[in-house]
Amino acid sequence: MRAKVLDRTATVVLTLIALLIVGTLVGLLGFILSQGWHKLTLDFLTSAPDIVNAGGGVGPQLFNSIYLLVLTMLIALPLGIGAGIYMAEYAPDNKFTQFIRLSIEVLSSLPSIVVGLFGLLVFVNMTGWGYSLLSGALALTVFNFPLLVRITEDALRNVPRSQKEASLALGITKWRTIVSVILPAALPGIITGVILASGRVFGEAAALLFTAGMSSPNLNFTDFSLNSPTSPLNPFRPAETLAVHIWKVNSEGLTPDARDVADGAAAILVLAVLLFNLGARWFGSWLYKKMTSGTN
Amino acid sequence: MQAGTTVDTIIQTRNVSVYYGEKRAVSNINMDIERNSVTAFIGPSGCGKSTLLRSLNRMNDLVPNCRVTGSIVVDGIEVNSDKINIEGLRQVVGMVFQRANPFFKSIYENIAFAPRFHGMRDKRELDEVVERSLRKAALWDEVKDRLHESALSLSGGQQQRLCIARAIAMQPTILLLDEPASALDPISTMKIEELVLELKEEYTIVIVTHNLHQAARISDKTAFFLMGELVEMNDTSKIFTAPENKKTEDYISGRFG
Repeated sequence: MRAKVLDRTATVVLTLIALLIVGTLVGLLGFILSQGWHKLTLDFLTSAPDIVNAGGGVGPQLFNSIYLLVLTMLIALPLGIGAGIYMAEYAPDNKFTQFIRLSIEVLSSLPSIVVGLFGLLVFVNMTGWGYSLLSGALALTVFNFPLLVRITEDALRNVPRSQKEASLALGITKWRTIVSVILPAALPGIITGVILASGRVFGEAAALLFTAGMSSPNLNFTDFSLNSPTSPLNPFRPAETLAVHIWKVNSEGLTPDARDVADGAAAILVLAVLLFNLGARWFGSWLYKKMTSGTN
Repeated sequence: MQAGTTVDTIIQTRNVSVYYGEKRAVSNINMDIERNSVTAFIGPSGCGKSTLLRSLNRMNDLVPNCRVTGSIVVDGIEVNSDKINIEGLRQVVGMVFQRANPFFKSIYENIAFAPRFHGMRDKRELDEVVERSLRKAALWDEVKDRLHESALSLSGGQQQRLCIARAIAMQPTILLLDEPASALDPISTMKIEELVLELKEEYTIVIVTHNLHQAARISDKTAFFLMGELVEMNDTSKIFTAPENKKTEDYISGRFG
């Protein structure tokens, strides 16, 4: 009888916790979207911000967020997945590997503002690049590297060992076995990791304040050279992202509609992350299907 | 043990021992296996029969702290040597595992993957290999209309026959089968056994099995292992009717194991 009561209580309590989480999420999203909904116009999405007058947009910031994500992933993915492969398939079980693991864990627990200050020191000042997209991308790489390594390693280790045996027993080399058999099977896990890391890149502000900077030059969206200071693609220009913009407008905005702009930007940020998640998931399952049952 | 002077020996082991760390799992095995024969390894769990099998294609390399000593000559080549080309060896010595382990790929790709890796690029040639291998594994008729579906959509018995097809696509001379039917239902088991009898025409087969009836039905020679040692190896009919060793007799008559 007691066991039955306990069982029922546990069910009720756990269901309540689940409802609480879902409720918080729905409430939060609903609030952010309802506050920012009226700002979701093409004009707001594409025009540049105004420093003193009302009516500025967040076009460059939105572009910066997406471009910074691309740059960060271009650097972080090869490093993170490479290190994950090493940890799962090559690292011998010894003190040195334990030391690597400890280092990765410490790295992952660094507060992002510390990573930002480290980025200021190394990627901004020592390199002499000043506030730049590349400095921001490198700081975010430091920030996301541990997550990517951990997730890749786990995903690879979760592939049944029999897959590896099957491939090696056919005279396939170890490297080819990893690339053609184990990695494709681990893809869903790795995609999840990439999505998590991307969400952090989109939402990160503290690590970017002193690396990618708090301003954006007047961008000329018809100029796509890599070295012109007004080119949106120039990786050596400063770039304020959406998250940083929200923080800046909220804390030191001078325009009469600062609150409005922050609300709109927040709604856009949430929607962008949501769209990116769905897109990445769709792409991931398409890729998984193609790699695991396609003919190539 | 057989003298075996006139037969065509394809696998020869001399004083082969296998250690896991300090523990010796297989002790001083000397055996000769004939070309195009079926040899069954029998014995209770943990007797070292699978361990010995896995040293024939160097799969024990995957096990940390595993060490193999002695000489294993396969088709004239010393296997237990640092100089050997392991990928080359495994093309000659194919293996099928206890649990069917098809790749997370299409049926077609499961078979075409290894030949393509080893240099076969021509699409038509690959198509032929896939069809021939599936036919030999008696699976073609069941899957010919769904070659590009995932191999995981097949039943357990079909998956295991796919694994056999995958192994013979490499045109090995030797097939090692590590309890290939132990996880299958009786009908699938029967199909695998029929397959082994057919494949024997072209390949030398070494099969580890827990099923004594299976060993009696399909093998020419039987080797009985106990606690890492080869107790007796002889013609299967001899082992099951008039074993020379008392322990063999006890085992096959079901007194232990």
